[in-house]
Amino acid sequence: MLLCGAVHRQQPFDSSLEKPQFPGASAEFVDQLEFIQPNVISGIPVYRVMDRQGNIINPSQDPQLSKETVLNFYQKMTLLNTMDRILYESQRQGRISFYMTNYGEEGTHIGSAAALDPNDLVFGQYREAGVLMYRGFPLDKFMAQCYANADDLGKGRQMPVHYGSRDLNFVTISSPLATQIPQAAGAAYAVKRENINRAVICYFGEGAASEGDAHAGFNFSATLECPLIFFCRNNGYAISTPTNEQYRGDGIAARGPGYGMLSIRVDGNDVFAVYNATKEARRRAVAENQPFLIEAMTYRIGHHSTSDDSSAYRSVDEVNYWDKQDHPISRLRHYMTARGWWSEDDERSWRKQSRKTVMEAFETAERRLKPNPELLFTDVYLEMTPSLEKQRESLWRHVQQYKEHYPLDLYDK
Amino acid sequence: QNAVSALRRREFHRSVTVRDALNQAMDEELERDERVFLMGEEVAQYDGAYKVSRGLWKKYGDKRVIDTPISEMGFAGIAVGAAMAGLRPICEFMTFNFSMQAIDQVINSAAKTYYMSAGLQPVPIVFRGPNGASAGVAAQHSQCFAAWYAHCPGLKVVSPWNSEDAKGLLKSAIRDDNPVVFLENELMYGVPFEMSEESQSKDFTIPIGKAKIERQGNHVTVVSHSRYVGHCLDAAAVLAKEGIECEVINLRTIRPMDVESIETSVMKTNHLVTVEGGWPQFGVGAEICARIMEGEWHVSSQTSCSTQRLQSVQNPMQKFKFCMCLREVPD
Repeated sequence: MLLCGAVHRQQPFDSSLEKPQFPGASAEFVDQLEFIQPNVISGIPVYRVMDRQGNIINPSQDPQLSKETVLNFYQKMTLLNTMDRILYESQRQGRISFYMTNYGEEGTHIGSAAALDPNDLVFGQYREAGVLMYRGFPLDKFMAQCYANADDLGKGRQMPVHYGSRDLNFVTISSPLATQIPQAAGAAYAVKRENINRAVICYFGEGAASEGDAHAGFNFSATLECPLIFFCRNNGYAISTPTNEQYRGDGIAARGPGYGMLSIRVDGNDVFAVYNATKEARRRAVAENQPFLIEAMTYRIGHHSTSDDSSAYRSVDEVNYWDKQDHPISRLRHYMTARGWWSEDDERSWRKQSRKTVMEAFETAERRLKPNPELLFTDVYLEMTPSLEKQRESLWRHVQQYKEHYPLDLYDK
Repeated sequence: QNAVSALRRREFHRSVTVRDALNQAMDEELERDERVFLMGEEVAQYDGAYKVSRGLWKKYGDKRVIDTPISEMGFAGIAVGAAMAGLRPICEFMTFNFSMQAIDQVINSAAKTYYMSAGLQPVPIVFRGPNGASAGVAAQHSQCFAAWYAHCPGLKVVSPWNSEDAKGLLKSAIRDDNPVVFLENELMYGVPFEMSEESQSKDFTIPIGKAKIERQGNHVTVVSHSRYVGHCLDAAAVLAKEGIECEVINLRTIRPMDVESIETSVMKTNHLVTVEGGWPQFGVGAEICARIMEGEWHVSSQTSCSTQRLQSVQNPMQKFKFCMCLREVPD
């Protein structure tokens, strides 16, 4: 359903023809009164490659990735899971101020990140740490950001999990929801003008898709004809708001055709399905300069954040089902063990090793100094203004005068 | 044992948190007028992101306490429309930082409509939620919007400090037929204050547009709003030991500002300090200084007046906890 080129080439108006001449739509006339059903009962089907036990259903869909690649997928997903556990606990112990886990959605991160090129630009929402991890963001830097220490690339200015990396083409996470969606469309337009092999991907949740910015972003990316992949993580909840209160239509995938976008719904807990869909979407987005919409169905196993207790609005049984019976990590593990690529011993030693590396990074981050207070005043503008200079001098005078009240040795010089 | 049943026994509980005071105000107004309703993200079964609406959905149900999908622009618009059609919505923003996504609805639709419809279309709406600084939540969760909203004619802007302020002013805001922006503060929600017998009544309201002298003094006038009133009182206690008596004024309402109370005080003290959490340029303190310079004091005074603005650093706001609180009042 490619509308992008056709609308510009209007036929000349000719009222002798019985076809509609309206500029706003190209369609036939009909003389039966019939409302189109929003088909929510049997909606857009869910594409998958593996069943819940990790068996390939249709061999032609197996991406047949190398053992090394698949092991890397598995290790990245489990490393993310381990890091999440340790940082969540550290918030509970008062060591960091806030945290958001990615439990249950690891497949959406790793599958999509693996299908992109390293120089593709990523706009995230806040639950895509696995994308950054797949691209090689070191554990030290994850921890530094959460601890806001002197090693933080973000100079201690953001809440935890608001990562950013220019080198890895991951735009710094911004708190207000869905603002990244029209920004991604604009960035994709800029990328299109560069005329190189580069795409933009934009992640967001099904709740954020309710924001007005989402509508604008979808519409603009289609009309501007940009190489952009919209990747919606539909994980069932937006804090406590379940999907049946968030929308009445057939999820997010069904909105795509309304904007003239090619759309697909995939099993987000199937890392190969996510990989295949993202790979094909990327190829065509760049080749044909048009946006794609992927809705990855998954489940948010953890709480919304450390400020939430989800037992207030959902049952333990529901959470357990997803944790035990349909988890991206266990499905991939079954795939690997069926091929003899991963044994119980491998699992045990990997768990031990990954926990050790996470704990080492954690301990280093805790001991590190805080950022230099000079950084309070930099980067407001490209050049420091006189009034900021004055405030900076005023701060240092004040701190010098009352230095016994300020723990300066905790801060970097 | 939830907040609702605790409310019923309030004659025995005189220490009330700001959160509970706000909850009481909404509970009483929901009961008093069936056109009043609350809408926002997570306000219903979840009891509110900060638990301010705890127990209200359970008591009043789906028709009076409504969860919205995630679109501030959307639900602010819906609330304005409901107000235009005769209801009295309380529209909650999870924080006022997110109200920026809805600001067109607040300014162009809520604030200006009564005037632009030549009095045909009132918009009796309350926009409420936490404003200004919280703890370590960085720039996009910490901005103070008092100056932004107070800039606009057509809006009333209220900024309570303690529990009595919170309850009395919220009730007035809900009963007011004008659009009111009600700026709370997340760090104050859990703070308990003694509430007078009078303030426990269901008809207790505090008039919008009147400041309160929290502490009398002759040497320096200190004007503040919201959380920083507490800081001013703490500083005043320290200074009193050195023989400097501060008169601490709690603005309570930013627009319309009670300039008379400030003027009367400055006529007496000849020294003015404004304290706020917002940015300095074009802020609440700037407006106060301008009004004092233009007003009665300047014309009639024999002595010079020194003024000083204390407010947050001119950067988007840091997350790291380096203490920047400039509480020292210059001699």
